[in-house]
Amino acid sequence: MTETVTSLERLAREAAQAATHGNTDPHGDEGERYTAVNSERNRPLYASRVKVYPKLVHGIFRRLKWLVMVVTLAVYYVTPWLRWDRGPGLPDQAVLLDFPSRRFYFFFLEIWPQEFYYVTGLLILASLGLFLVTSIAGRVWCGYACPQTVWTDLFIHVERFIEGDRAKRIRLDKSPWSAGKLARKAAKHFVWLLIAVATGGAWVFYFADAPTLAGELLSFEAPAAAYLFIGLFTATTYTLGGIAREQVCIYMCPWPRIQGAMFDEDSLLVSYKEDRGETRGPHKKGTSWEGRGDCIDCGQCVAACPMGIDIRDGMQLECIQCALCIDACDEIMDRVERPRGLIAYDTFRNQERRRMGESPRLDIVRPRTILYAAALALVAAIMVVALANRSTLDVSVLADRNPLFVTLSDGSIRNGYQVKIVNKEHSARTYRISLEGLDGAILTRPSLGNEDETTIVVEADMLANARFFVSLPSERLDALNGGEADMTFVVTDIESGKIATRSTSFRGPKQ
Amino acid sequence: MSEKHKDEVTGVETTGHSWDGIRELNNPLPKWWIYTFYATCVWAAVYWVVMPAWPYLSLDGWTYTKGVIGYEQRDVVSGEIEAIAAGRADTMQKVATTPLQEIAADPGLMEVALGAGRAAFGDNCAPCHGSGAQGSKGFPNLNDDEWLWGGTLDDIHTTLQHGIRWDADDDTRVNIMMAYGRDGILSRAEVSDVAEYVLSLSGRSENADAVSRGADVFQSQCVACHGEAGKGNQELGAPDLTDAIWLYGGDKAAIVETVSNGRSGVMPAWGERLDEGTINALTLYVYTLGGGE
Repeated sequence: MTETVTSLERLAREAAQAATHGNTDPHGDEGERYTAVNSERNRPLYASRVKVYPKLVHGIFRRLKWLVMVVTLAVYYVTPWLRWDRGPGLPDQAVLLDFPSRRFYFFFLEIWPQEFYYVTGLLILASLGLFLVTSIAGRVWCGYACPQTVWTDLFIHVERFIEGDRAKRIRLDKSPWSAGKLARKAAKHFVWLLIAVATGGAWVFYFADAPTLAGELLSFEAPAAAYLFIGLFTATTYTLGGIAREQVCIYMCPWPRIQGAMFDEDSLLVSYKEDRGETRGPHKKGTSWEGRGDCIDCGQCVAACPMGIDIRDGMQLECIQCALCIDACDEIMDRVERPRGLIAYDTFRNQERRRMGESPRLDIVRPRTILYAAALALVAAIMVVALANRSTLDVSVLADRNPLFVTLSDGSIRNGYQVKIVNKEHSARTYRISLEGLDGAILTRPSLGNEDETTIVVEADMLANARFFVSLPSERLDALNGGEADMTFVVTDIESGKIATRSTSFRGPKQ
Repeated sequence: MSEKHKDEVTGVETTGHSWDGIRELNNPLPKWWIYTFYATCVWAAVYWVVMPAWPYLSLDGWTYTKGVIGYEQRDVVSGEIEAIAAGRADTMQKVATTPLQEIAADPGLMEVALGAGRAAFGDNCAPCHGSGAQGSKGFPNLNDDEWLWGGTLDDIHTTLQHGIRWDADDDTRVNIMMAYGRDGILSRAEVSDVAEYVLSLSGRSENADAVSRGADVFQSQCVACHGEAGKGNQELGAPDLTDAIWLYGGDKAAIVETVSNGRSGVMPAWGERLDEGTINALTLYVYTLGGGE
């Protein structure tokens, strides 16, 4: 931690050295040359990865990232343990993806597989939200909230805690293997694996009752799938957060490619104010700032960058807009007693305006954001209406096809139907089944004589399946036009009076 | 054509060929790929030894290397079938020993019985009665409400257990619909008249003279089994002649043929082939098809 306090003179000297030497190794001898990993001069067609050693910075965005990390990790780890009473016989976990009984519980919401469009709606809302935020302030998602960013940040902090800050880590990696190095590396990977196991461990709790599963996991009685998924997520968390890091964002994630379509010249992006910073160069304390830019070329923005890039090269695909370079630069600006904000959230158009001598301003409300906001509002409204009108009683009727109809001894024709009633209420309900639309048709239920023939009790949150017969007396067979007549099953919830109908056909011989 | 050539930009040797001035870099295969390939080669060699692999011609004809662990897919299948049967043994034992009425009153057991019954029906009964039990000429439709030998649970169970006209079973259900015409018991005219009378029982005759002549024939020959009113008799398996269901067809020609040549359909006694649990399951399944009696 002592590494963070470095004299400005030293920083400037290092930068000057870096500039004059022009070494292709971005970390130099002692790791004190601050060169972006993607800078043009060391970018051959085939290049192996250059390891990035992000330096710790202090400032408002670092604090914001701490806050977001705590909140997002807390949401992830705590959510499965929240309880939500749904009445007897139903799971009391607030958020539960119950695959065996095919339900998705989300607090007051309960989604059956056939209602998956609610989840689709949520995903559309999420993506529209992402579009809106990106058009206003760039890759806010990437910089602060994306799990890849949060976990990588966490892993970097672990690394920093065990191996020290940037310079120490570079030195450690360059040093020959020793017991101390081995111990530090082993400790780091051990802690990483612990975090990875905890990540995978928390994941499985979303799919089963958390306290029960926790007990089973500890006593090695949990289903094999639970261990399998913990293993899978341990492996991916460790690999993506610890080893792959920025490569995930650069090479694996499609979002950096898509985001280009979301920004425009009015989007707030983390930018280096070229108009203010250039001409850059080392600055000796006490000398004049006249005729030069504010950038002292200390390279702290590069040192802080978790992607290993130089924000001064302009907007680039690798930049996840985490704003840590803003903090790094502000620290330096305070020390050289220049105004903060040499690197700041800025728009292309404001850069242009300043160059033209106009005063900068923000245009958050513009056709693009209005369009995204309107789409967001529309989908949200559709979702709210759909949820408010969500049916709690669904009926489906399936007519027997083999045989299509049966002639009875009195000459009447009988059809068989499979009626399915879905009761989404949280209490058992009794339903009365009746027919409409076919005069003279008689509804019966083949039972062994121990039930009321036309009522069915469906347990809370369950589906019941019942077989019904409909017979049409021989004198009414003229109703069968072309061997078929339409009719409707009416299912009435006796308690609430709620009605669900389902139309179907009655078939018989062609008359 | 082929010559040593090094690409200037990358410093990688090319394949040495040039196509219209275009050269191909001779980069090595990715390491992960090549090691995966080696691993699959090793895997294959081990697999040949461990698992059944190579066919060869022996003195006894074609055979194959059996592999050192003796894996055989047929054994796996029969093992799985045994495991399933063992897992079901308790429940099927219950279905076999519980009285039919009690099974019907127990929804859990009934579900098992109906599932087993549906499967057994498809395997054993569908060839004659049809996959939907809809029957065909000579093979009764099991969905309707006419039961030649009775449609209670016990009646259906007896029919399944002992069959109909199944000589190997002493308790099989037997009756005789004689060949009145072929055996010379009735003349052609009498057969025609009695057929007209049978038509009239379901209100379909327009020849009143023939009906009244046929009534006499019916009284002398048919009432013993089919009853005074032609309502049939389940004790004897005699069909009701007044209803809309005709096993062998209900038009005059079909009735004349039935009276002339008799009818004697056969159903095997399933008791000698299926276990008691399956017979019970089939009984309940057949009963629920049309609601039984």
